[in-house]
Amino acid sequence: MAIIFLAVFFGYALLEGFQRGFATTFTDPIFLGSGNLLNLTRSVGIFGIFSVAMGVVIITGGIDLSVGAVFALLGVILAYLLTNYNWPWPLAVMAVILLAMALGLIHGVLISRVNLQPFVVTLCGLLAYRGFARFLSSDQTVGFGNRTGYELLRTLATGSIFNLPAPFILFVAVCIVMTFVLHVSVYGRYLFAIGRNEEAAFYSGINTKLIVTSAYVLCGFLTGISAILLGFYTNSISPASHGSFFELYAIAAAVLGGCSLRGGEGSVLGIFLGTAMIQLLRNIVNLQGIDSSLEFVVMGGVILIAVTFDQILAARRRALESRLDLKQELETPDGEAAITADGAARTRGIG
Amino acid sequence: MPDPVLELKGICKRFPGVMALNDVNLTVFTGEVVALIGENGAGKSTLMKILGGIYQADGGIIRVGGNEVRIRHVADAQRLGISLIHQELNNLDNLDIGGNIFLGREPLFGGPLKFIDRKKIVEQSRVYLQKVGLNVAPTRPLRSLSIAQQQLTEIAKALSVDARIIVMDEPTSCLTLTETNRLLSLIGELKAAGVSVIYISHRLMEVHACADRVVGLRDGKNSGQLAKAEVNHDSMVRLMIGRNLDLKKTKTRIGDVNARIEIREFVSPFFPRHKITFDIRRGEILCLAGLVGAGRSELVRTIFGTVRSLGGDVLVGGQPIRVRSPKDAIAHGIYLVPEDRRKTGLLTSMTVRENVTLPDLWRFTRLALISYRKELAAAELQRKRLGIKTASCETLAKSLSGGNQQKVVLAKWLSLSPKLIIFDEPTRGVDVGSKAEVYRLMRDLADSGVFVLMVSSDMEEVLGVSDRIVVMREGALTGTLAAHEFSEEAVMKLAVARIRSSKKPVSNTMERILEN
Repeated sequence: MAIIFLAVFFGYALLEGFQRGFATTFTDPIFLGSGNLLNLTRSVGIFGIFSVAMGVVIITGGIDLSVGAVFALLGVILAYLLTNYNWPWPLAVMAVILLAMALGLIHGVLISRVNLQPFVVTLCGLLAYRGFARFLSSDQTVGFGNRTGYELLRTLATGSIFNLPAPFILFVAVCIVMTFVLHVSVYGRYLFAIGRNEEAAFYSGINTKLIVTSAYVLCGFLTGISAILLGFYTNSISPASHGSFFELYAIAAAVLGGCSLRGGEGSVLGIFLGTAMIQLLRNIVNLQGIDSSLEFVVMGGVILIAVTFDQILAARRRALESRLDLKQELETPDGEAAITADGAARTRGIG
Repeated sequence: MPDPVLELKGICKRFPGVMALNDVNLTVFTGEVVALIGENGAGKSTLMKILGGIYQADGGIIRVGGNEVRIRHVADAQRLGISLIHQELNNLDNLDIGGNIFLGREPLFGGPLKFIDRKKIVEQSRVYLQKVGLNVAPTRPLRSLSIAQQQLTEIAKALSVDARIIVMDEPTSCLTLTETNRLLSLIGELKAAGVSVIYISHRLMEVHACADRVVGLRDGKNSGQLAKAEVNHDSMVRLMIGRNLDLKKTKTRIGDVNARIEIREFVSPFFPRHKITFDIRRGEILCLAGLVGAGRSELVRTIFGTVRSLGGDVLVGGQPIRVRSPKDAIAHGIYLVPEDRRKTGLLTSMTVRENVTLPDLWRFTRLALISYRKELAAAELQRKRLGIKTASCETLAKSLSGGNQQKVVLAKWLSLSPKLIIFDEPTRGVDVGSKAEVYRLMRDLADSGVFVLMVSSDMEEVLGVSDRIVVMREGALTGTLAAHEFSEEAVMKLAVARIRSSKKPVSNTMERILEN
């Protein structure tokens, strides 16, 4: 995936280079201008956290379409708790994250225990949560205005740490933790095993229902964090449009990052790069003054080209690998006779 | 000698990384039954898929009835009178039987409107179903049939196209003995009608019974052929594996009656009417025999906890244990080597190492993180112990041969501490050479004090490997055979026996219907 990321990046650079001379594109003061780069990394941070969340459920072979609607619902609730009810912010944050996890739990239980399809369950969520958000707020925009008392949250969303946007730092931290969780922990191995073949995982003694449910809860947790960042980033929440289509950005980032919607494939690094690439693309489209209604056309096209190339490359790699396997197999001596005696002796040693 | 109806000359087929077929020749005469034998991966199925138009050969000539032909499509093959019965079922189980038999060739009416003539389908299907001895209405949905019956439907389909050459790729892999015998006599009828049959099977007894000539394939090349007079078990094995097979029957053991695992009044949710009671003794290999669909797999899967039992106990050392999921069973040392390796036994798209360590992953961790080195060490140990032939432990399980995949499934359990290992059809899809190894491993396990329960439908295996046989029929236990009572007849008699009925009258009616 990294290859594709770089290919698109440089492909763009080349194209631009031919048009305007190589020197100008990435040395373009607008692109390089610290304001733009910082904005770019900030949006990578915010979008990245829930893209990783999406990646977790996609790895189990599921999907979560409700993310954007959850943002709207949680955003409205957070705004109410902080401005109307004057809850202290730690309590409000906790309530919002717990609510996000509870929604994840409901999704997970419906999917793993009632055997509903993830697509259907979260599609219903998508419809219901946004509708509920609009009802709660009487379809009025709510927001935090200039109120004080939760500067820390505001800093996390819009401020900087070590001269880097805080959400990006947070995202990197999430990536580091999730790399361990997904790629080195027992739990992560179980997630991948379930995504590849849930039945075989069950036969190997994995509590598949519990693990699948937990994946949605984990997704809910990260989505909850994103909801808070996003709420403070936009500072005002119009329930009908807040976070709309964001689940699709997350799915696109995960797919671009090498996740397979069939489950069992993907990596945190890939999702990181996928998110970065999508945000970069948006940024470039904006800077180039391309009609904003064409933004999705460009993104759709680029993603399609990227995954097509990935598919072709993967097929070639598989062919190469199987050729190598065969070669090794032919070179492996047929050690059957030697194993017989040894194996029998060892086997007796057990039990 | 009449002219050959089919001639394959110098057929080559290359897959990425594999030379699947290398200069293979095969000639079939009119009304001849040619058996094609060889280990898994020898290229039999590939050759037949080329004949059926599913693959294209990279080189070589195909002549049908003396004319050189090119088979680019399944439709081409059908036009030439070649009909293929696949190893894996290719039925559409949402259609009914008749719909499957006439799939793609539905009789039509209404001119340009092309309505399907259901009545004609039903009438004609009935004829072919009778020929294969399947007495069910053609309007029944295919999914309501057992696997064996579906296989027979597939054969009926092949008959219905009036083929000159019928290829049967492992047609009996899930048929029972009676059904197999019926199939063999059907092959005799086809032969008398001038149809040529290419018969692929691992079951050498059947090959011996029906083949006029045996052609061997090994590693994608011809390995020789045998005329009818030369066909016997040893000569065929030599043709397949290029050496003699040492398969001497080991002395049967008598299990220790005092050390046993008891299954007491056990009820699986698949057959809620029947309580099953038997015991497994230390040191023996106990076989659960019966026809396909007798409820053996369902029973062992319930013991393993993939579904909840409806009652009864499993007693280990006199103590009942509670099993509500495979996780519980594994915690008690009860392991299952399931019937369907690719679906339930293995994660085929994961590596050998990941498969071996999956059931007890926590053992391979340091500070809650998986230690690659510990995993690899465990996998390497099992690989050496079981003689798993693989390029490395990082190879994906799906690229291993059937026998080696089965060893990986076993390796999963052997790296734990097994108390009872249940083998469900342990040698299905495993080639002759590896079969002997699997048997030896089972014997070693039994000798080392592990309880061994095997489910098998292969009569040779049932009689040759086990020390005691428990027979089931339609979810009920019909009898137990000790070693001195072993015979094919005794097993079959119990397998089709009438259940001693103390059940509700409904069930008696059901059984009467089934008997008639």
